[in-house]
Parts: sequence; structure tokens; C-alpha cells
Amino acid sequence: MEQILANGLYLGAQYALIALGLTLIFSLMNVLNFAHGQMYVLGGFVTYTVVAQFGLPFIVGLVASAVVLAVVGAGVERFLFRPVVARSKREESTMLLAAGIAFFLDAVILLLFGEKQRGVPKIVNGVFNWDFRLVMPYDRILIGVLAIAMIAGFIALMQYTRAGRAMRALAQDRMAAQLMGVDVERYSMLGFALGAMLAGLVGGLLVTITGVNLGMGGPTSIKAFLMIMIGGAGVISGAIAGGFILGMMESIGLTLLAAYGDITYLVIFASLMVFLAFRPQGLMGKPWG
Amino acid sequence: MNRRTLLKSTALAAAASLVFFGAASAQNPVLKIGFVGVTSGPAAAWGISNQRSMETRAAWLNELGGVEIDGQKYDVQIVAFDDQKDPKRAIAGMEKMAQEGIHYVVGPNVDDGAAAVRPVAEQNGIMYFPYAFPKELYTAPASNAILGMVANYQSGPAIYKYLMENNGVKKVAFVAANESDPLSQRDGGVEAAKALGLEVVSDSVTYQVDTTDFTPVLLPVLQSQPDLLVLSGVSPANAPQLIRSARELGYTGLISTETAQDATVLQEGAGELANGFISVGGASTPELASDAMREFVDRYTKMFGEYNDESNTKVYALEYILETIKANPAAMNDVEEFKKTMDTFEAPNPFMVGDAKLTYVGTTSFGQKRQVSVPLVVNEFKDGAFQTLFVAQVD
Repeated sequence: MEQILANGLYLGAQYALIALGLTLIFSLMNVLNFAHGQMYVLGGFVTYTVVAQFGLPFIVGLVASAVVLAVVGAGVERFLFRPVVARSKREESTMLLAAGIAFFLDAVILLLFGEKQRGVPKIVNGVFNWDFRLVMPYDRILIGVLAIAMIAGFIALMQYTRAGRAMRALAQDRMAAQLMGVDVERYSMLGFALGAMLAGLVGGLLVTITGVNLGMGGPTSIKAFLMIMIGGAGVISGAIAGGFILGMMESIGLTLLAAYGDITYLVIFASLMVFLAFRPQGLMGKPWG
Repeated sequence: MNRRTLLKSTALAAAASLVFFGAASAQNPVLKIGFVGVTSGPAAAWGISNQRSMETRAAWLNELGGVEIDGQKYDVQIVAFDDQKDPKRAIAGMEKMAQEGIHYVVGPNVDDGAAAVRPVAEQNGIMYFPYAFPKELYTAPASNAILGMVANYQSGPAIYKYLMENNGVKKVAFVAANESDPLSQRDGGVEAAKALGLEVVSDSVTYQVDTTDFTPVLLPVLQSQPDLLVLSGVSPANAPQLIRSARELGYTGLISTETAQDATVLQEGAGELANGFISVGGASTPELASDAMREFVDRYTKMFGEYNDESNTKVYALEYILETIKANPAAMNDVEEFKKTMDTFEAPNPFMVGDAKLTYVGTTSFGQKRQVSVPLVVNEFKDGAFQTLFVAQVD
């Protein structure tokens, strides 16, 4: 049981961090960013390049991922989403744009980094072993703690800074925020950059554990959507809850259902369908959006 | 110069350059060979190594003046199609090859894609070289598919037997991704292990290919305390993570797979934890490689920046196609002639030292010669590189 809980917490922390970026972008711009997984992959490859190719410390790689993805996110918002949102009232326009960006980033990643799986050496060696009741490598513990620290930092930023307050106001009511003097365009770009940066940071963190490859983008986006649907799209606390719930469900399912084959995600998807039938807005979302 | 004169002279210059360059590049007629396989997504490495091997070899042959068939030199052109590991796209790719009049296609890379293209290939007179293992593709009445590598049901028993005799393996556990290829490879492996008298202690655990933490996946497998953990059909992306998780969970037994792996990927993803990992290698070793194989590796690396060990196997399909057509030029546009030639075909193997031959095999597994003969090389990973454990021959 200790092992199941530890695995669930570790998975939940990384999932929550992925979902946070996606839900932030959705809450600010009402855009479902299908390219979120590709941004995660790009972050992983940037850290890989800095650490494995240039031989620089891991922390430099992580900072580089954050900066590169923030710039990419800001550029995507400024030059792609902003004109489309301004000219088209149809939601499917932004969805198609996001899907196009996902394919574009896949192609760019293939050209720049190739098709192979990449990884960086372990940042901490050794394994914590509590009498085989709980086995957890130290690097996973460190990554889990870093992910939780980043979630806490993000919450603090949203709660206590001027930019955070502006973005929360924007998420609650775009028109009202504008009337109150919030620079909507500036904070939309900042929010998109922050969301992309979070995706890049998780990619950078996990490249030491799982490595990174071109094909991880799509499945990562699907899991992120799953989490924000559980927690409630556009709600920060919902994304965190969704991440930890999915992590825990995966850990429990893989242990208890192993004997019946790979049915964990079948059970998770079936449960989600039933759940959404009763509560379509998710755990913490509001029925009116 | 007025606008009309400018337009006229531009059009004339364009037409002249077309005629000039067309004439320059049309010294030899072109022989088109197709590739339909996966070059994007998680399994991209499998198809990309195919495509790049073909492109490298074709560029090399063209540089030497082309391939001589029945006294006529041909430039080899590779026509590639990314099926995205989707059987519907694979069918579309094979139809495109048929529309282009191509009779020889390398790929697809996976079981369902290879099965899906069979009717299109048979109806349009196309011989194809899948890297997929379903026996019904290669056994009569099927006759257009030729297996491009060693199948898991051929390499698996050889590996298990070696480990039983040399490492005293008695108990074996299998874990596979929840996809058609790995699952069928797992079933084949379980059958082979049981036939050899091994005790199969776990064979029901599977995982999603996008799993980011394999600890919960492997826990129940390792609790069954196997001497050998088989990662059935594991992709190069998942192998380092599985090995790392198994070792971090305290597993000290042997780990093997029947798929080809990449030494750099293993080193980056698992480091020294991957030492001792046993896998099927590309069909070459430093001892087996001829000068031509070394030059191929050089040219591939120059063209694409980084070599893939799998290409030691994937260089062969194009060579078999060209050499068989050279042996019977009537096969160029008639695959029935190709099939007739296969039974007796023999040519020097340029990629191996000694008097190794290119021949078609597979009679034992398929009842007819529908497999290219390449050496079965089984490797052990050690400190960032593969070392040859043993070499065997199929059939």
C-alpha cells in the first residue's frame, strides 16, 4: 500500500504540473491548446541538448527549457492566437489552429532533434528502500519534490502578485477586467507564456527519468485534457486535483488490476464517462463555464 | 525592355533550363523502389532507419553510375510514404506505389500495416518486404511478402536456449506493451519458452506505450522472481525506462528482448543499469562487417548525422531487390518472374566478410522461401556499446 501511495503521489505531482499550464491557457483565452504535449516534448529536448550535448549542469538545462518555452508560448499567442481570436468568433478556429501548431511542432522537433529517444544521466544516484515495502529512487523523490515546489510557486504567483491577480481577473470575466484597466493583450500573452513554460519545465524535469521522444506529445496532451476534465476546465485547483486523482488512479489500477491485463486506462476512461455524465463541469468547475 | 519582352525572355530561359537540367539528370532511366512505413510518432525510429538505409545505398549506387540490369544502367530512386503506423494509411501508401508503377516496396514496419496492404500488393503485382512477423503473410497461399529480418519466433528460442545452457535460467517472465506487435511477440515467446521447458512465472502484465513511470507496472512481475525478464517487442523508447525501473526495484536477474535496440539510447536512458541487457542486434558485428558495410555506415552517418545500429539489417532489403532483378531482368516489371528466381537465387553478400551469400530462406518457418537471409546477431550491452554474445543463422 505504501508503494502504491508513493507511486500515485509521484505521478500526480508531474501530472498536476502538466495540467496547470493547459488549464491556465484555457481559463485566460478559452483556447484548448492541443499543442501542450508538444511543448512538453520541446522542453525535454531543450534540457537534453543543454545537459547531454553541451555538458552544462541540469539546472541550466531546466532554466533554458523554461525560457525557450516561455518565448515560444508568447510568440504563439502574439502572432497566431491573437489574430485568430480577434477575427473569428468560432471556437473551432482556435482549435484547428492549436492542432496545426501541434503538427508543426512535431515536424520542427523531428528536424531539430531527430526521431530517437533521448535522455540525460540520473541527477541523483541511489534508491530509497524501506524493507521492500517502499522502494523509490532518490531522483524520483527529488523530481516529485521539485514538481510540488513548482506547483506551490505557481499558486503563490497567481495569489500574491499583480500579474497573478490580473490573470485571475481575466479568467473570471474578460470584459470586466478590461473595464477595470487590465491590459488584456499583455496578460493573455503572459499567461500563454507561463502555461507553455510550465509544460517545458515538466518536460525538462522528466527527461532525467523517462527521457523524451518525438511521439510523447499527443499522449501527454490527452492525459492533460483528462486531468482538467476531472478537475474542471479552467480552474487551477481543479487541475491540481485532477492531476493527483489521475496519478493515484493509475498507480492503484496498475497494481490491483495487473492480473487482468492492461485495463487500467479502460477503467479510468469508463469511470470518467460515468463521472462526466453526472458532473460535466468536473469536480471544481462551474456549470456556466 | 518592355513587359512583353521581359516575360518572353523569362519563359524562354525557364524552358531552356528545364531542357538542359532535364537532359543532364536523365542520363540513366530511373528504377523506382518504394518504401511504406512509419517515419513519425513513437515508432518513427523503425521506419526512418529503413528509409535512410535505402536512400544512402541508392545515392551510393547512383554515384557509381547506377545499377546495371541486362546491360542498361538505372538510377535508383526511393519513393517513400509515411504510414504513421496506421493500417489505413499503409493501404493508401501501397496504392500510391501501385499508381506510380512501382513493383517492389520495402515495409510496412508493423503487423497490422503489413496485413492490411496484402490485398493491394497482390492485386497490383507488388512484392513487399515487411518488418512484421505474422506467419500467414509468408506462408502459402500468400506469396508476395518477404520477411526483411529475423522473426522473434526464430530469435527468441535461440536466446532462451543460450541462456538456459550458459546462465542456468529456469524461470522466465514476460512484459509487453498493449499493442498488436508486442502482444503477438509475447505470445510467441511464451510458447517458445514453454516448449524449451522453461517455467513461465508471469505473462499477463502489459503497459501503455506512453507510460512515464514503470515502477507500478513492473512490481507484480518482479514479485514472481524470474531468472529472466523478457521485454517482448519493446520499442527503443521504452527499453531504457523498463530496465532502469527493474534494476531500481532490486531485480538482479537477466533482461532480454527480441527487438533491435540502440546503444546510445540505452546509455542515455539507463546508463550502467543497462549493462548485461541482451537484445537482437543489427545484422552485423565488427568481425562480420566487410569494407562495404563500413563504407555504408560512413556514408549514412555523413548523410544523416547519426547512425542507427538497426540499419545493419535494413540495408539488406534494397540489395536483395536489386540483385534478384539483376539475376532475372524480366522481374523488373513482373513479380512472378521475381518469385521464380527466388528459389535458386544466390549472389555475393557485399556487407559481410568471407564468401557469405545473399539467399532467400524461410522454408522451415513458412514452408517456402519468403525471408531474406541475414545473420542473427545477439548482443549484450556493456558500458555504452553492444558486444556480440553469439551469431546464428536462420533456417
